[in-house]
Amino acid sequence: MAAEATVPAPRRSAGKRLADLFQGRPRLTVAALLAAPLGWLVIGYLGSLGVMLVASFWHLNELSGEVQQGFTFDNYTQLFTGDVYRTIALRTVGIAAAVTVTDAILAFPIAFFMAKVAKPSMRSLLVVAVLLPLWSSYLVKVGAWRLMLSQDGAINWALEPFGLHGPGFGTTAVWLVMAYIWLPYMIIPIYAGMERIPDSVLNASEDLGAKPLRTFRKVILPLTFPAVVAGSIFTFSLTLGDYITPANVGTKQFIGNLVYSNFVSNLPLAAAITTTPIAVMVIYLLVARRFGAFEHV
Amino acid sequence: MIAGFEEPDSGRVEIAGLDVSGLAPYDREVNTVFQDYALFPHMSVAENIAYGLEVAKVPKGERRERVSGALEMVRLSDHDDRKPSELSGGQRQRVALARAIVNRPRVLLLDEPLGALDLKLREQMQVELKQIQSEVDITFVYVTHDQDEALTMSDRVAVFNKGKIEQVSLPRDLYEHPVNEFVADFVGISNALDRDGKRFTIRPEKIRLFESGESTEGLDTESGRISEIAYVGMVTRISVALDSGGAIQLARQNIEAESSSHNEAINDQVVVGWRPDHVVPIQSQIPNESSEEKSS
Repeated sequence: MAAEATVPAPRRSAGKRLADLFQGRPRLTVAALLAAPLGWLVIGYLGSLGVMLVASFWHLNELSGEVQQGFTFDNYTQLFTGDVYRTIALRTVGIAAAVTVTDAILAFPIAFFMAKVAKPSMRSLLVVAVLLPLWSSYLVKVGAWRLMLSQDGAINWALEPFGLHGPGFGTTAVWLVMAYIWLPYMIIPIYAGMERIPDSVLNASEDLGAKPLRTFRKVILPLTFPAVVAGSIFTFSLTLGDYITPANVGTKQFIGNLVYSNFVSNLPLAAAITTTPIAVMVIYLLVARRFGAFEHV
Repeated sequence: MIAGFEEPDSGRVEIAGLDVSGLAPYDREVNTVFQDYALFPHMSVAENIAYGLEVAKVPKGERRERVSGALEMVRLSDHDDRKPSELSGGQRQRVALARAIVNRPRVLLLDEPLGALDLKLREQMQVELKQIQSEVDITFVYVTHDQDEALTMSDRVAVFNKGKIEQVSLPRDLYEHPVNEFVADFVGISNALDRDGKRFTIRPEKIRLFESGESTEGLDTESGRISEIAYVGMVTRISVALDSGGAIQLARQNIEAESSSHNEAINDQVVVGWRPDHVVPIQSQIPNESSEEKSS
């Protein structure tokens, strides 16, 4: 006669019971994973954008200097009719474009060397080298450039023996400094894009008779185009919104300076000005998409 | 080295009598089918194939003609505007082949072109490749690690071991008369045995298993004990540990529908025999990891 053995139900720990809860419920798992970051994005990012957009339709009581929460197009009328604003907006977009093109031209050979020429050990060293400037404060770098560009700074000192003179403070200086500061944001995406191109594809081009320049034009460039666009989104938008560099090495106003100077005195106008770079970026992204920059190849 | 991506340490590479050793890949009349196909992902199938012709400045009309001809040859005419990412492995392989052949190179280099395909597709592509080769009449230099593929596809096979050629010969000679143990072992199962200070090898399908009482006249025989039996469909592989030392593997055709007529079991004492002229004397050599290459 066999004694009937009762198997006691295994005691489950709290962690296991929690795991059981998610087991076989993919929607719940996704919800639990994304709730916090998504909430953060909606409230922190879209929320602040929305508030800013709303604020751009408010206006300032001219007597008391207080913000009135009515609805008015005054701020935008002021922006679109004032020559000053247009000049500043165009100057800013112009410098952003110049910085982007400069960075793309500078980044390409560096990224190519990193991705296709350098040995793996050298490669990681170069990645660190490219990212190294980002470890120091933005302000320190602008400050350093301010010193270098000044009348008795390093640039003039180095150029003097050749009878040359540095650009001094001004729009050229803004272009130089911005191009320097945002360069890593262009190198890294292009490097990543180039690394994804198999060596064999480049060999195939050469094997089919293409000289290096054609391989670059017909194979490397089109395949890294999405990466260039990704990098340009950084350089373009960062330049578009910056006000510290122009304030330190420039002599003229940029959109960022306008926003900053109106921030305290006329918040609704500052909000309205801020929509300009956002609108420019939206147009930029639409154009980029038009050229197939976001297509998966 | 043939394509020009690497420089030889010594010696020369000649193509049709022309020394091309110092030439860059784009200056050689060699095209390559890469192991991973290396298709241009941003171009359509037709653009991929036309690339070499564009580089060579072939006029547009002729270019279109040759591209459609190449597409037809690899049976992809209705896929000309697809992107490589929309094709299957076999189709990509064929595009890579068309992209190389359309340039009418003197030598076509195929670097393990079928390595990424599954067995069925690989066998089908082997047949197609052979047909295409005889059609275009270009020298194919075909690199493979698949010994059967090398024997199937080639007019001449070169077996490489650590960058050194061990033997160059017809596929049949390579299999029947390997010059050394490395080749014997690499191409098929070698069954190397040492007898009276001499080393030789016999291919498994040339060894017969004898039941007691059967005549073994005119054959070399040895006795041994069965150590393993593996039924593999077309043949049954039987390993025998020989009484005089060493072990051999033999392959017996499964001619009967059922294996009922053969009822040997592991540990059975058996007699094996082979014709003396099937014995291939070989130089002893330690087998190494290697690669194999063939040209057709």
